[in-house]
Amino acid sequence: MAEKNTKKNSKKRKQISEWPRHRIQFLWALITNSYLAGFLQGKIYTGKLKNLCVPGLNCYSCPGALGSCPIGALQAVIGSRNYQWAFYVSGFLIFVGALVGRFVCGFLCPFGLFQDLLHKIPFPKKLKTFRGDRLLRKLKYVILILFVILLPMFLTDILGQGSPYFCKLICPAGTLEGGIPLVLLNPVMRGAIGWLYTWKNALLIAMILLSIVIYRPFCKYLCPLGAIYSVFNPISVFRYRVDKEKCTNCGACARACKMNCDPVKNANDPECIRCGLCKKSCPTGAVCSGWKSEKKETSHGKQAAV
Amino acid sequence: MSRRRWNFRYAGIFLAAAGLCLMIFGIFRGEMSVVFDKAVRICMECIGIG
Repeated sequence: MAEKNTKKNSKKRKQISEWPRHRIQFLWALITNSYLAGFLQGKIYTGKLKNLCVPGLNCYSCPGALGSCPIGALQAVIGSRNYQWAFYVSGFLIFVGALVGRFVCGFLCPFGLFQDLLHKIPFPKKLKTFRGDRLLRKLKYVILILFVILLPMFLTDILGQGSPYFCKLICPAGTLEGGIPLVLLNPVMRGAIGWLYTWKNALLIAMILLSIVIYRPFCKYLCPLGAIYSVFNPISVFRYRVDKEKCTNCGACARACKMNCDPVKNANDPECIRCGLCKKSCPTGAVCSGWKSEKKETSHGKQAAV
Repeated sequence: MSRRRWNFRYAGIFLAAAGLCLMIFGIFRGEMSVVFDKAVRICMECIGIG
């Protein structure tokens, strides 16, 4: 009987496809980067939609971008002479985070999709975890506080304006979506490249290589947007639940999770990007997600914590 | 349904509403124009040139 169950489970594991999610990611990336003239002329969109932020990490200097990157926008307002804090952007991030948490990372981030696809490249030894993995994940909070908030706020020029230090020194999404296309398409840009461009391309290459071996290294260790949304995961309106009565503690969900979360211990772990692999891998259908609280559904971890 | 679960649910709704209020406050302060001005010019720092 046990052997039969194991065979059934392994068959189910093989059948799990991430392509339905990838199709949504592709569609969202296309919708939010659909300014085709930008790609043809080496320019960026300058219409009114740029007033609005998109929920994912999407550089506003991408030739196709229709909206603004929330992390870039946050630094722009914090670093401006006239404002000390960005209520518009932080309000937007709180609103999105409180509604869906890191669902944005799993479904609505173009750079997340890029890393997802890179991780599909075969490699002899994929690393699921390593020594110091958990500690390294705290780095994204340090980057958020230091490069996105403190440096643009306090390290200002004589006019009192701060630079977007995260974009300038770290963000590989800006290099991929904005830097490379604009340098290729725009001869003026080509003439202006220097050490910073080399540094940012080196970071992007490192991230590409790491993404083949480790699942979403940028999201796990560096992304300040993921850091913000992760804070809201435990309390967001859209949430995951584990039905205690259906759960057999087989561990299939934890094994399937590429972010190394265990939904049975904490269905709304700050590291969970809500990709839904745990739901698909559960042989009894105990893991579910949704907007409404249902009386029968309970999370082991949360109940234990009460 | 546990009291804690209800608290989580209401915390999410309350924060979403608070976020919306902050957004509106920021828009009235004129922050949107700063975002727009930054986003419609090629951000040299963002692309690794500036």
